[in-house]
Parts: sequence; structure tokens; C-alpha cells
Amino acid sequence: MRTAVFKIWRGDENGGNFVDYTTEISEGMVVLDAVHDIQAKQANDLACRWNCKAGRCGSCSAEINGMPKLMCMTRLDELPLDEPVTIEPMRAFPRIRDLATDLSWNYRVKKRIKKFKPRPPDAPDGTWRVTQADIDRVREFRKCIECFLCQDVCHVLREHHKHEEFVGPRFLVHVAGLEMHPLDTEDRLTELKRAGGIGYCNITKCCTKVCPESITITDNAIIPLKERVVDEFYDPLGTLLKLFRPKS
Amino acid sequence: MTNYETLEYDVLIIGAGGAGLRAAIEASSAGVKVGLACKSLLGKAHTVMAEGGIAAALANVDDRDNWKVHFADTMRGGQYVNDWRMAELHAKEAPERVRELEAWGAVFDRTADGKILQRNFGGHRYPRLVHVGDRTGLELIRTLQDHGVHQGIEVHMEHTIVTLLKEGDRVVGAFGYERERGRFKIFRAKAIVLATGGIGRAYRITSNSWEYTGDGQSLAYHAGAELVDMEFVQFHPTGMIWPPSVKGILVTEGVRGDGGILFNRDGKRFMFADIPEAYKSQTADNPEEGWRYTQGDKNARRPPELLTRDHVARRILDEVKAGRGSPHGGVFLDISWIKEKIPNAAEHIKKKLPSMYHQFRQLANLDITKEPMEVGPTTHYIMGGVRVNAETQMSNVAGLFAAGEVAAGLHGSNRLGGNSLSDLLVFGKRGGEFAAKFAKENDAGQMQDAQIEEAARQALEPFDRAATGAGSAENPYHVQTDLQEMMQNLVGIVRREEEMVRALDELSKLWERARNVSVHGHREYNPGWHTAIDLKHLLTVSEAITRSALERKESRGGHFRDDLPNRDPAEGKMNIVLSKAADGSMQLRREPIPELPEYLKQVIEEMK
Repeated sequence: MRTAVFKIWRGDENGGNFVDYTTEISEGMVVLDAVHDIQAKQANDLACRWNCKAGRCGSCSAEINGMPKLMCMTRLDELPLDEPVTIEPMRAFPRIRDLATDLSWNYRVKKRIKKFKPRPPDAPDGTWRVTQADIDRVREFRKCIECFLCQDVCHVLREHHKHEEFVGPRFLVHVAGLEMHPLDTEDRLTELKRAGGIGYCNITKCCTKVCPESITITDNAIIPLKERVVDEFYDPLGTLLKLFRPKS
Repeated sequence: MTNYETLEYDVLIIGAGGAGLRAAIEASSAGVKVGLACKSLLGKAHTVMAEGGIAAALANVDDRDNWKVHFADTMRGGQYVNDWRMAELHAKEAPERVRELEAWGAVFDRTADGKILQRNFGGHRYPRLVHVGDRTGLELIRTLQDHGVHQGIEVHMEHTIVTLLKEGDRVVGAFGYERERGRFKIFRAKAIVLATGGIGRAYRITSNSWEYTGDGQSLAYHAGAELVDMEFVQFHPTGMIWPPSVKGILVTEGVRGDGGILFNRDGKRFMFADIPEAYKSQTADNPEEGWRYTQGDKNARRPPELLTRDHVARRILDEVKAGRGSPHGGVFLDISWIKEKIPNAAEHIKKKLPSMYHQFRQLANLDITKEPMEVGPTTHYIMGGVRVNAETQMSNVAGLFAAGEVAAGLHGSNRLGGNSLSDLLVFGKRGGEFAAKFAKENDAGQMQDAQIEEAARQALEPFDRAATGAGSAENPYHVQTDLQEMMQNLVGIVRREEEMVRALDELSKLWERARNVSVHGHREYNPGWHTAIDLKHLLTVSEAITRSALERKESRGGHFRDDLPNRDPAEGKMNIVLSKAADGSMQLRREPIPELPEYLKQVIEEMK
């Protein structure tokens, strides 16, 4: 049987180093299979997160040969196996142990975003009428599995550590999903400009490139939100008009 | 006593899948303080994997649908050993639970007139499954999660409960550890809702994640609660089988609901050859009619691919056994053939089944719009679990509730697809509601230090053994793997008396090995340690499944015995109930199923 070498980062918030593990590989294997095999046979205490193993839950995010990816969806036959495969934790978040990082910031950020607020029901039985086209518009944003790889790769967070001022691509997608929700009536533009820090994004599209769900984060979520913010706060003609036609 | 951090709640929810989140939302809206402990991060629970949809008789697509039809379908699917009151409440309340989700922001596919669209699914007479593409579970869990975080629920992510704490006959708290630092914590609570899901990790081939180690069933059992129907395990007919690393991953029934067909090596649609008597009048007898059904023709009957999961899984096994299987030991499932029937079939498939398209593309190098998939049965769900009161979801232990997969009753011997998402909404809500009520009516109980110390000691034993070199130093992963292999082979889809007797013997050896596992390293985020602790739960549920399966002397739903291949009407009048005896052994008794009230008998008669 063929073998491959995996260089896995082992350590905690105080530091660590790469450890080499050699393991057997077989057809169709993904990186997570190799990590599981190493965990079961060579390093019982190797820390990593995973759940569904089918790219649906977004738990097993890591950096594989330097690229932010889901371990469960990265096939070994996509990687050059004549050299060791490096696996390290996401860099934009504090380390816990081995491949597990502290993601609690993401959950705090989400809590700050105003929740869904529907318009009154359309029908007497308390239900709404919505066209499929309206659903299709937000479907893309609601595909997000919260793997936080977009947060990991975003230089505003990864290099500049603006976690307190910028919510990151994941939550811009979340806001886009709410703002473009056919039933929603809440206004999140003010907070998006202030607390959300949407201005920090300079559309390098790194987030779009790493999204395992192929959400067109920059073009479909962030840019339209930026436009809405601009229309709301920086458009002189619009501001003038608003004086006479207040938002209903 | 050691000073552990203690958190105080009115209601503690264990598990953050659909049932746990729905229970937490309900309890907190009743004005009590709610804590929620879950093994993974929020939003990662196995509910995200639910693909097909939520079964609810909204009658948006077919106005002949109503709660009675849904009730009768659920009872027929479960082969009448269901708790009829749960089946009734479920059918009546599911529509309201779906509408509520929409009010909380869930986005579902629509009909032409703008209502919620519903799709066909196995065992459901009319199109009934509310869905969004094939990622309904994600929509459901995200909606509940995003709604719940604004409700003041305190969430403890990556916390595992290892034992329930009792005072006399009632539950007063739970004891567990946090994964990150490995520290123990005490959750003092007036009421506890178990929402921990299933037991899939007791088998080698499973669609379930690492979390599914039967924690809730085992916690409840060891705390004195009764388990029921544990012999009924659902093997989903269509799991991926190739390449080896993806074996067991689910392929949604929605593929068949949208026109997908099953065939064998010879290209034969074998499902037409064997249609059970109870379903004859509802099932198409030719491919053309089956196709028309999937396309919404109200006068057509459903194709045999949409028969109940237990039946389809066994028919697939039969084909494989007869040497007519696919190259990797399954059969073919094909949706690409619909290109003969509709224009733009590839686009249509990608839109209806985006996750399936992506999953096969990425993991199997296969384009489902062009080629058939290879599929075979995979361990998916347990119908049995904690025995609960139908109205309140409380177990026989005061203050201990269970909802969703961990609870038993609704599905009888076989669950219909789509009935689990509706189950967790309906009974998650009820569990939360009545747990809050219980908390309001009762004071916090007194926790016993001795129980806590004992639980801590047991949890740390694997480290002690590693330190002292005592025992045979078993690797916890090896014990887990051997257990899975054994259950797969001896108490799997097809069961036999002598194999199950052997399984009991193997189980006692595995219990012994589990008592000798040792764990290296420290307590911080150490999956070896977690695996060691979970072994107790896995072994408990495996033993419960095996003993119950041995006791049921017939074949019914998810429980199929090669040596007793037929249904026995006398066996169908009872449930098998398990409880822990004073000496610690597993006690089993047969209990008659309460007779259906007249009005429900009539409903079943009308729907025949």
C-alpha cells in the first residue's frame, strides 16, 4: 500500500511545532481520513474538529499546504504526495490545541447583528406569499456552512487583526441574506457602516476563492451591501430626497 | 469535595440539534433561565445533514392532504407499534411548527402561487415535505440558531455531559466536562431535556458523525429512565459506497422523490418485483406511472423506489446477495435518466439536488447529471430511545425530558423520511414547554457530592491507568472500532438468533476491554479521552439494541430477522421496555401497546 507523510502542527496557545506522521493511503481518501487514521493509531490526543464528513457542517476547517480548506472535502489525489502534506490550524483565530482554534469571536459577532424581522403576514392564516425568484436571490447566502474559512483568509482579520472593528466576510454574507430576505423589514445599514466596518473590505476577493460552498461573497454579498451603504450615507441627492420622502 | 464550577439553570438542554434548539427557544420564551450544553460548536449538529425536508400536512401542493393522512402514513410506516398519541400530536402540530419557522426567517422553496412548496417522499401519500433544495436541515438549524441566540439562552459549546445527577427519584443536575480545558463542570437544573440524537457510531457503516454515541439514551438509562423499541434501527437504503473513505455518507431520498430510479447490474428496476401487500394499492405498477407521480400527477401512484426505507434497504441487500449488485457491492441509483423526459435536465438536477451534485463531484469524481450513483444501506437513525409521555415528553424520571431522535414512540418500527425534522420541531417544542413548566413548579433539588465525585473518578480512570501502567492499556479507538465491526456484522440489517447471542458474548468482552482503556496526554482537547468516555454510552446502547432484538421474535420495520422473516400479529401488540435493575443489569419486559381509541381506528380505516 502507498504511504504519504503528513506534517501536522501540534501545540497550543503557547506555541508548538510540526510533527511528521506517515500513514497508508487508499483510493478516494480525503485529508480528514488521514488525520483520523493518525489519531486512531499514532496520536490519540491529536485535536481536530469534524462532524458530517461531507462538506455540510463546516467543522473541519484547516490550512492544507497553506490553503484554507475543509479537510473532509480535500482529496489526497489533488495534492502532490511526493512531498509532505502540511496541515495547520486556521491562522486568523487564537489557537486552542493542534488543529482546533478558538472560534468564539464569530459567535459573539453574530449575536450583535439584528435579527430577522418579517413584514406582517400576507394571508389571513398568518402565512406569506413569496415568489421562487425572491427565494433564489437569498438562497446563495443561506448556503453558508459557517466554516469561517473566509474569515481566516480575509487580510483585514488575518493580518491586521481588526476583529473589533470588522465583522468579516461571513457576517457580511449573513447580513446580505437578511437584508435581501423577501420578508425582512429591519434596517442594518447604520450598524454595518459603524460597527460592521464594511469600509475595511477592499474587495480582494480572497474570501470568494476559498468558500467551499462557492458563494460569490464579494460580488453578490459585499459589493451590493457597500452600494446600499453608499446610497444611504454618502449620496447627496439621495439625502436631499430623503428629507422630503422619509423612509417608510 | 473538590470545588467544581457550578452553573445554575431552571432548564438545562443537552444537545443543540433541531430538538435541543427548539426546546431551548420554547423554554426560554416561557420565562425561565435556560442553559444549553452541546458536544460540538453551535450549528454543527447532525440536523445539518438532513436533506429531504420537513413532513407537514400543509396541503399546499395536494389539497387532499391533512393531519389524518399524515397520521395514517406514520402509523403504517411504523407498522402500528408507534405511540399513537405521539403520532396524532405530530401530524396535527407539524404545520404550525413549519409556519413558525418561516416567521423566524427560514427560506423554503415555493409553489407557483407563492406558498411553501412540498415534495414527495417515501411512505408519504401526498407531496408533503417542506424543503429548500436538498439542504433543509441546514436551513432549519440555522434558523433556530439565529433565532435562539437572541433569546438569552446560555450556550455552552463543546461541553459533554457524562452523567445525570439525581436526588431520590428526580433529576437535579448534570455533570460534564468542557472540551477546551478539560475541566469538569456541574450544571444544576430543575429540569433537563435530553436532545442528544442517535446511536449511529455503534455501527461501522453509518451516516452519523462522531457525536452519535447514544449519550442521551445511556444517560437516561443509567439515571433510571426506561428505554423502549431499541431493536428498531433504521438503515437508510442509499448511502455512498465508493470510494471507501465516503462509505456510509447519506444520499438523500429526495433523489428518488424527484424521479431517481434504482436498478441492478443487469439494468433491471428490481423494486417493481416485490411490493408489500400494505402498499400495493398505493404503488405504481409500471415505470411510466411512477414517473408521472414524481412530476406531480395526482392520478398516478408512487414508484416502488419510494416504499419505506426498511423495505428498500432489504431489497438492495437481496440484489447484492443474489450477485446482481454494482461493482462495489451496492446497486445503481440514477437521476440522470430524466434527461429523456425533460429539457435542461442537468440544470434541473443541480437546482433540486445541489448538495448531492457537489458531494459526488467532489468525493467520487462522478457527475450525477450524467451517470448513475452507486449506493447501499447505511446506519441512519434509531426509532427507539427514551420512553416519554406523549404530551409532555417527560420520562419516568421526574424532571427528565427527551425530544427528537433520543426519544422513542412516534416512529414505531420504521421512520418515514421527513418525519424526523417534524418530530424534533413538534416534540422539541413540547419538551421545552413542559420542562419549563416543571421548573416553575419545583424547587432546585439537592445534589449529592458522592455522585459527583464518583463520576469524576470514573471519567479520569483512563488517565490513571496510563500513569500507573495498570490494565492491558487498551487504545480507546480500537475498542470503538471493534465494537462497530461487531454490531455491523452481528446485529445489523439482517439478524439471526445465534449471531445475536454471540453479540452479547462479544459485548461482555468489549465492556471488559473498555474498563482497561488508557489515555495519554493531558485533559485539554484530547479526543482520545473523549472517545474513552463515550465508550460507556456506546456499549450501553449496543447492549440495549441486541437484547431487544433478541427478544422480538418476528420481523418488523427496521428489525429484520432472517430466522423469523415474517410479521407476527401477537408480537405486534407489544413494545419491549428496558430498565436498569438494582444490581446494575439490563432488565427487559414486554408491555402491551395501549389500544387505539375509536376515532383514530376510524382514521386508519378510512386511509387504507
